[in-house]
Amino acid sequence: MRPPDTLPRELAAEGERVMRLCNACRYCEGFCAVFPALERRLSFAEADLVYLANLCHNCGECWYACQYAPPHEFELAFSRTLAQIRAVSYQQNARPRALAGLMRHGGRAAAWLSAAGLLLFLALELARGGTGGLVAPHPDAAGAFHAQISHGAMVAVFLTAGLWAAAALALGLAAFWRQTGERPGDVVASRAAAQGFWDALRLRYLDGGGGGCAYPDEVPSQARRWLHHLTVAGFGLCFASTSVAAIYHYGLALPAPYPLLSLPVVLGTLGGGGLLLGPAGLLWLKLRRNPAIVDPAQTGLDVGFLVLLQLAAGTGLLLMALRQTAAMGTLLALHLGLVLALFVTMPYGKFVHAVYRYAALVRYALEQRRPRPRFGSE
Amino acid sequence: MDWSRTYDVLVVGGGNAGLCAALSARRAGASVLLLESSPRELRGGNSRHTRNLRCMHVQPADVLTEAYPEEEYWEDLCKVTGGQTNEALARMVIRRSATCRPWMSRYGVRFQPSLGGTLHLSRTNAFFLGGGKALVNAYYRAAEALGVDVAYGAEVRELELEGSRFLSAGVSVKGFRHRARARTLVAAAGGFQANTAWLREAWGPAADNFIIRGTPYDDGTVLKLLSGAGMRTVGDPTQGHAVAIDARAPRFDGGIVTRVDCVSLGIVVNEHAARFYDEGEDFWPKRYAIWGRLVARQPDQIAYAIIDAKMPGTFVPPVFPPVEAPTIRELAAALRLEPAALERTVEDFNRAVRPGAFDHAVLDGCATEGLSPPKSHWARRLDTPPFSAYPLRPGITFTYLGLAVDERARVLAGDGRPSDNVFAAGEIMAGNILGKGYLAGIGMTIGTVFGTIAGEEAARHAAP
Ligand SMILES: Cc1cc2nc3c(=O)[nH]c(=O)nc-3n(C[C@H](O)[C@H](O)[C@H](O)COP(=O)(O)OP(=O)(O)OC[C@H]3O[C@@H](n4cnc5c(N)ncnc54)[C@H](O)[C@@H]3O)c2cc1C
Ligand code: HEM
Ligand code: SF4
Ligand code: SF4
Repeated sequence: MRPPDTLPRELAAEGERVMRLCNACRYCEGFCAVFPALERRLSFAEADLVYLANLCHNCGECWYACQYAPPHEFELAFSRTLAQIRAVSYQQNARPRALAGLMRHGGRAAAWLSAAGLLLFLALELARGGTGGLVAPHPDAAGAFHAQISHGAMVAVFLTAGLWAAAALALGLAAFWRQTGERPGDVVASRAAAQGFWDALRLRYLDGGGGGCAYPDEVPSQARRWLHHLTVAGFGLCFASTSVAAIYHYGLALPAPYPLLSLPVVLGTLGGGGLLLGPAGLLWLKLRRNPAIVDPAQTGLDVGFLVLLQLAAGTGLLLMALRQTAAMGTLLALHLGLVLALFVTMPYGKFVHAVYRYAALVRYALEQRRPRPRFGSE
Repeated sequence: MDWSRTYDVLVVGGGNAGLCAALSARRAGASVLLLESSPRELRGGNSRHTRNLRCMHVQPADVLTEAYPEEEYWEDLCKVTGGQTNEALARMVIRRSATCRPWMSRYGVRFQPSLGGTLHLSRTNAFFLGGGKALVNAYYRAAEALGVDVAYGAEVRELELEGSRFLSAGVSVKGFRHRARARTLVAAAGGFQANTAWLREAWGPAADNFIIRGTPYDDGTVLKLLSGAGMRTVGDPTQGHAVAIDARAPRFDGGIVTRVDCVSLGIVVNEHAARFYDEGEDFWPKRYAIWGRLVARQPDQIAYAIIDAKMPGTFVPPVFPPVEAPTIRELAAALRLEPAALERTVEDFNRAVRPGAFDHAVLDGCATEGLSPPKSHWARRLDTPPFSAYPLRPGITFTYLGLAVDERARVLAGDGRPSDNVFAAGEIMAGNILGKGYLAGIGMTIGTVFGTIAGEEAARHAAP
């Protein structure tokens, strides 16, 4: 199914309605970037709604602070409306567009892809060493992975998948940026881009204006922010681990696996730990969150990504622990299959939030550099 | 809820004043029961619609710029009230306003710099991060953590007194009657603005067209019970804070968003399509509080603010889209005004506009000449279609008729002697300080100062 080219009419109308309310009120201005950004506007076209929705970090503060939240007759659920707009925008900007539908079935897609990946790598292993090779123990770790699977095949598969993901995400970013009407280069090369990157990295707006945000409940807390940092750090460290390993392999002609105290293993272990614990904490918070502030339809997207991160990390750690046993061959295929699925589904799942939130933060930084409208006798 | 228990302090009303009283009484060691007539989701009365409080300060302090010394605060108050204020109480509120913010922060209230469009308040008013509902939430959290018992949906309908001594309160909870016993009473139940019958007594049938900006639960029951029991009142029932708001606002609880900030930029006509007051007399923030009464005096309590396409972008956009038309004639038709009459009014106005350099940030020289009533500033011809109109009605914020108190927040009996154990705080006694007029942010200041005093005094009185 093709994604909608425009927001469903009712959602756009509701988006405009909530924006009008907040623009006339402004009490939440200190919580995040969304309110100062909307206050620069007099009308809210679709492009404005998409930008503002992706600027929102869904921190929950404005739900509790809003005097117009249900049961008030205005029934203002600002963060939920923005979450719904965000979800549509993820589909609109997914590239190629034919795959945008995956966004709605992220969990299932990841599961199928993991299974396919597992089979692919099992097949590659079988091709290399036959059934005997697959279940053979490796008391002496050196060169073991590549006894299982040809390095060339592995690189070919992951390079393709990685390039695919990077290209799809970049095209999505370009599509999102085009909608803003800003100058093309500014999204990556400008002072605003540096500012946006920094604000994204430190999750400036998961801070509820200082002291933490209203997640999972009303009491301001930094829990989500720190758990997200842990998750991103885990992701980054795993990425770094793979990059270092590539340098070892090609630069230093040192094939994997590496000793326990080598850089790739230490980075990978720390990263894997972060990717197990961070998402675990986020899932725990999710169980206790207030459903009113979110779009419940997106729980699958979140949980799918969280669990996939954990599975990829968990199998990676297990692989390291059991790499000298007979289970290694199967675990390797499983781990590689999951990582492959993670990469391939990145542009069609929760991960895209990083790209669009970054772009929205850059745009916000650009706007902040422009004069604000002045209203009367300020 | 244990209705057989006798509390040290019974607080009636869970808005800002009641919460400040409950927190300070509990902090002083008293057992406290707080009764709030609204359900939990709508708790916090008018206080949840607020955004700031006015604080005296002698030097720049956290979110406040420059200085706002006692004398200047006092003079501002004298100006708006025309001297109808109790100087001793007013000065006490002003002085104690300097220490409100640290006290509030202790219970979780967060502050922010003045909001977009309110730079003129950055010196005098401290804004609550997230507004009044965030403040109220923080106070309820703190109260629960300290062990204040809170009952929602609990409306006080009857008070048992012996002379000016409080004995117990009759409470209705989900349709069942209970009796709440306590050694002291803090009345913090707001004004009577949500009581349309009472407004009608004061204003006549015009009151039927008033919109209540805040909570529907401030119906004046407690005020009526206490004054009926012989307590002394201050103020005039027609006095209060009233502004002109969008006529399409909800009947109750529309709050801040229903404001229409373009009055000073265009013209305002009544249902006969006639202008009736100088729209550009002064800056809107200094004038908005008189427009409620101005519109209330027009036939059918309705008026229309009309602007042209030059104006949008120079005022905070109102919540509801305007009524729009390509010509004045068609605009009149859409508003059901006499088209010829509106055309004449606009033509007369346009003809009277003298050339000048428009600047909405200063009292500019754009004025009319030979027009009655004049428009003294920001007068520009209405000549650029499309034309837009916002219908206006009086929006009542809160009423001033209240209980007379002394500087210890004790309610005065008919003979002028303070009651032993009845205290009052907030809107229900704001009339001691506000005889008329209004100073933005002083409502919350009065409630915070008198709330904390009432809580401390009640706890002290209840202590064995
Ligand atoms: C839209 C709006 C904006 C405002 N903005 C500001 C501002 O920015 N700054 C400012 O200083 N002031 C502002 N005000 C005025 C301010 O709201 C009041 O001065 C202040 O909130 C009064 O606090 P209170 O606790 O006395 O009353 P409230 O907050 O109204 O609390 C009274 C409570 O008593 C309860 N109650 C009433 N009767 C009973 C009963 N019989 N039994 C049990 N409970 C009962 C009510 O449900 C209510 O919760 C604003 C008012 C409005 C309407
Ligand atoms: C530009 C950088 C990023 C920003 C600004 C950002 C911001 C956010 C925000 C605000 C949330 C909470 C709201 C929501 O669920 O949408 C969130 C959730 C999430 N983020 Fe990020 N993120 C970034 C990068 C990443 C990266 C790189 C990863 C993982 C590798 C990641 C993983 C997650 C996950 C798993 C969730 C869901 C958490 C949950 O459901 O509770 N994020 N992110
Ligand atoms: S969410 Fe509610 S309180 Fe916050 S700015 Fe919007 S209308 Fe105001
Ligand atoms: S949920 Fe948080 S980030 Fe989103 S608009 Fe509300 S306050 Fe801002």
